[in-house]
Amino acid sequence: MPDYGFGDYLQFVLSGLSTGSIYALVALGIVIIYSVTGIINLAQGEYTMLGAMFAVTFYKWGLPLPLAFAASVIVVILIGMLIERLTVKPVRSASPVTLIIITVGVSIIIRGVALLIWGATPYSLPEFTPGAPLTLFGAILSRQRLWIMGVTALVLALLYYLLERTLLGKALRACAINQTAASFMGVSPGQMSLLSFALSAALGAVAGIVIAPLTLVSYNMGLMLGLKGFVAAVIGGLVSAPGAVIGGLLLGVIESLSAGLISSGMKDAIAFLALFVVLLWRAEEVTPRLRSLLRRQSEVEG
Amino acid sequence: MLTIEGLSVKRGGVQALREVTLHVDEGEIVSLVGANGAGKSTLLYAIAGSLPISSGRIEYQGQALNGMSPERTARLGIGLTPEGRQIFGTLSVLDNLLLGAYVDYAGHWRDLLGNIKRIANDDSVRERLATVYDLFPILEERQSQDGGNLSGGEQQMLAIGRALMSSPRLLLVDELSMGLAPNLARQLLGLLGRMRDLGLTILLVEQDARAALKVAERGYVLETGRIVAEGTASELLNSDRIQKAYLG
Ligand SMILES: Nc1ncnc2c1ncn2[C@@H]1O[C@H](COP(=O)(O)OP(=O)(O)OP(=O)(O)O)[C@@H](O)[C@H]1O
Ligand SMILES: [Mg+2]
Repeated sequence: MPDYGFGDYLQFVLSGLSTGSIYALVALGIVIIYSVTGIINLAQGEYTMLGAMFAVTFYKWGLPLPLAFAASVIVVILIGMLIERLTVKPVRSASPVTLIIITVGVSIIIRGVALLIWGATPYSLPEFTPGAPLTLFGAILSRQRLWIMGVTALVLALLYYLLERTLLGKALRACAINQTAASFMGVSPGQMSLLSFALSAALGAVAGIVIAPLTLVSYNMGLMLGLKGFVAAVIGGLVSAPGAVIGGLLLGVIESLSAGLISSGMKDAIAFLALFVVLLWRAEEVTPRLRSLLRRQSEVEG
Repeated sequence: MLTIEGLSVKRGGVQALREVTLHVDEGEIVSLVGANGAGKSTLLYAIAGSLPISSGRIEYQGQALNGMSPERTARLGIGLTPEGRQIFGTLSVLDNLLLGAYVDYAGHWRDLLGNIKRIANDDSVRERLATVYDLFPILEERQSQDGGNLSGGEQQMLAIGRALMSSPRLLLVDELSMGLAPNLARQLLGLLGRMRDLGLTILLVEQDARAALKVAERGYVLETGRIVAEGTASELLNSDRIQKAYLG
């Protein structure tokens, strides 16, 4: 094992935190949709792909990067809302497992359509502020990684404001707690479901766009990000927004440390090992949720 | 104000309401009496739009409610304190109350996305909050605590306060005194009387049928989903049959 100094460890942690920020955003999207609608949205990763793809496309059309960013987020929000209206609304009373399978179908369709539109060749997006990497206490960090962490922090602050400081956020949370009671307050569960998809799509799109300069933007980039986001969401307990953030950051750092200290080929294996460990370790919290999901399934069938 | 004709509702395989016909006039308290499982809660849920109706008509202020969603009936001024409180346990007491006023802001995106403190400071909301805190001072003391941390009786106060925050025109109350000390229960019934005097119309389900009928103008008796008796409160209070069955 090579002889690492403080700067190297710091670098692993910082780059882990930036990748973890991406996982956190994806995980938050999963948590929001799950809390409000009871659906585990396995298509969440596709929003990152769509975000990156549209940003690349708009940028190539000549839009300045910030505008391409904003336009892409808006388009992906609209797509998220359309998906909700087309797939979730018509089958609101279907069993949870059916709904999960629908989201798998949705993700396959999105990937297929993306392949048709954009082809299989990867694209790239320039760094937001190109330039030499920054050095911090011996750690070397690309500027884009700072952008990732900064944008994530901003998005988290906005989300915190929405959920903690506005009546709309409280209505969304009320709906997540007790849909029937919320509807007696005049809160429309259908509208909240739509809102949760819009929010999750926005989170996914932002994640996809900020990571785009560091990765290959291709039709299937959402698959792995979606899975990692799901792992992070489960680490965080599946219904907790702070939990999702911590889960995402933790997963990013664990991955980065294991890639640096053991082998970069281990990265993905480590993520799923982490999922396994968490499912065992937090079995008491997470399993009942999954179990009640399955129980509702058998009630629907029974 | 509320007219129900031939209402039938199925729950699971059970015929929970059969051909129920009743009316509630503006400014009166109507008490709904019946044994456990008679269909009282089902009736309130059906009026609020939360249960599908198999046949019959519900009309409110000349408007058909059939097939209308609960969020829409709420916006028409129908408030419901559901059985079992159903407060939002992980939201603060104040947030629970402010959600009661959501009907006023539904669709007003600027208010919905603005700081919630501004809503708490709106004149009409502040006034209603003051009324609720006046009734239940404990809620003001606990306003920043999670609703779920309140005692059962305090949660019931919160549920009632939350319904009042929407300043409903028609209030549907299920099990008003559930979990409350007898003293407070009586006080609340008296309060309903005062609110009726101020123009609120109330359809009341209450375990303590005698106390409920004392504050009500009229009453209906439900048995296995059917109305089996109706009359003015004093007629029902004095009927032998009803005394034996429900006022024991
Ligand atoms: N969720 C449900 N699914 C199926 N059947 C139900 C459900 N809720 C109630 N029922 C049935 O509908 C009938 C009426 O129930 P309801 O809750 O309206 O009675 P209630 O008069 O409010 O009784 P209580 O005084 O116990 O609250 C009962 O036979 C009950 O078993
Ligand atoms: Mg009941």
